[in-house]
Amino acid sequence: MKNWSYLIAAVFCVAASAQAQTNNTPDPLQVRSWAAGCANCHGTNGRAETGNESLAGANKDEMVKKMLDFKAGRRPATIMHQLSKGYSDAQIVAIAGYFAAQKK
Amino acid sequence: MKRRQFIQTASAGSALGAFGLMSGCASIGGSSGPKVVVVGGGYGGATAAKYVRMWSDYGIQVTLIEPNANFWSCPISNLVIGGSKTMADVTMSYDNLVKRHGVNLIKDYVTQVDPDKRVVKLASGGEVAYDRLILSPGVDFMMDSLPGMNKAGAQDKVLHAWKAGAQTLALRKQLEAMPDGGVYALSIPLAPYRCPPGPYERACQVAEYFSKAKPKSKVLILDANDDVTSKGPLFKKAWADRYKGIVEYRGKHSAVDVDAATNTLKFEFNDDVKAAVLNVIPPMRAGDIAVKSGLATANKRWCEVDFLTFESKAAKNVHVLGDSIQIAPAMPKSGHMANQHGKTCAAAVVALLTGKEPNNLPIYNNTCYSFVSSEDVVHVASVHAYDADKKTMLTVPGSGGVSSAANELEGRYAMAWARNIWADTLA
Repeated sequence: MKNWSYLIAAVFCVAASAQAQTNNTPDPLQVRSWAAGCANCHGTNGRAETGNESLAGANKDEMVKKMLDFKAGRRPATIMHQLSKGYSDAQIVAIAGYFAAQKK
Repeated sequence: MKRRQFIQTASAGSALGAFGLMSGCASIGGSSGPKVVVVGGGYGGATAAKYVRMWSDYGIQVTLIEPNANFWSCPISNLVIGGSKTMADVTMSYDNLVKRHGVNLIKDYVTQVDPDKRVVKLASGGEVAYDRLILSPGVDFMMDSLPGMNKAGAQDKVLHAWKAGAQTLALRKQLEAMPDGGVYALSIPLAPYRCPPGPYERACQVAEYFSKAKPKSKVLILDANDDVTSKGPLFKKAWADRYKGIVEYRGKHSAVDVDAATNTLKFEFNDDVKAAVLNVIPPMRAGDIAVKSGLATANKRWCEVDFLTFESKAAKNVHVLGDSIQIAPAMPKSGHMANQHGKTCAAAVVALLTGKEPNNLPIYNNTCYSFVSSEDVVHVASVHAYDADKKTMLTVPGSGGVSSAANELEGRYAMAWARNIWADTLA
């Protein structure tokens, strides 16, 4: 039931949005938009078409480690070493959290 | 509309959605939800239409107005010209936007925007009302800068093929019909233009075709810019190593006129060039509807926008995105970028129609793959973040870059990119 999951996500985001103002974690709607910037290659909400890695439902810590390794040049890449440098570590953690929470 | 009311509307929309998927989605959200009209179903507009629906939990009504029956992708279309792909490979349907996302699709052309009455007028005669309008009309060509192009029949003979579609195939046919030993001349306008590396990729594609099928033929690149505007060393290496004796590059060749009858190109300072196949990419500006609506405030060519929302600086409740905008520094006019604009704009439009603040720190990337042969690819990538002081998007220092060399692995990633962005835009 795709549409119900969107509704639940929307309600969660509204609640979380209010919470975000009280601490320094980024607004969930902001994080959703940052994550959407990855969808061109990794699919809408991280569910990728053939040939690229799906991020939806992947392990958050593993995604964070991979991105930080790309960023530090510890992991070979064709393009991700260049793109990962455009995001702060905190932004990478937030975006990984978004994808980890998506349905596979 | 207050947030609580919106959530109620959205909830109703969702409940209806489960049934609506079976019975047609055009009415999801009922007639009381806010109305968004999107003009232009390219990478920017189609993405915006899908994401406004998704991110409003299907509570905002979206009407997409597009004159073409199908989506034709400019990315990958140079491979149709080179002969390794077909038009079917770059032709996509709008069906999923309608069936999965409940977008109301109107096959028509918008002739006028009335920002006071908040309606757009259709070529067929009707009107469509909006609460917020998203214009993504792409580019149109400044044919007046090449007077000969306005003579009868000239535009059917001297092609641009810079909007994927009928001209893509027509240019391929001209190349197939050209006798071996002929010259294919490609005229490139001064930047900014749609898809900075696109012309150089096209030169590679035609050169590969010639190397296999017409080895005595030449590709002559006549560039108004001083030098190759994107991935310069990588393209030059491809021309020197792979297409030696076939490709010749000439910078500082600013075309001022075309004689279509004799296939001759005239320049500001250089000698005339006559070619067997003349492919002229004319200077371009924002799509006609944006210019006609008074939104092209930068040099009467491009539309200035607020990069937090993509709202026009010239008209309230009207958003402009994609190739039509006055770009931020180092922001390319690309399909990838238009898709990113579409999502940023969609998030802002949903926020504004539900009484929320739009996101205040947009960050998105651009990835552009170019095929230097039918298999080997080079890329350029960049990450762009909003700068609150300068009120524009700036590239993040240290991010981005190009391929170290053309390679087949990136050829596979390029096709994976295409499948994913097509799905993200349309499915």
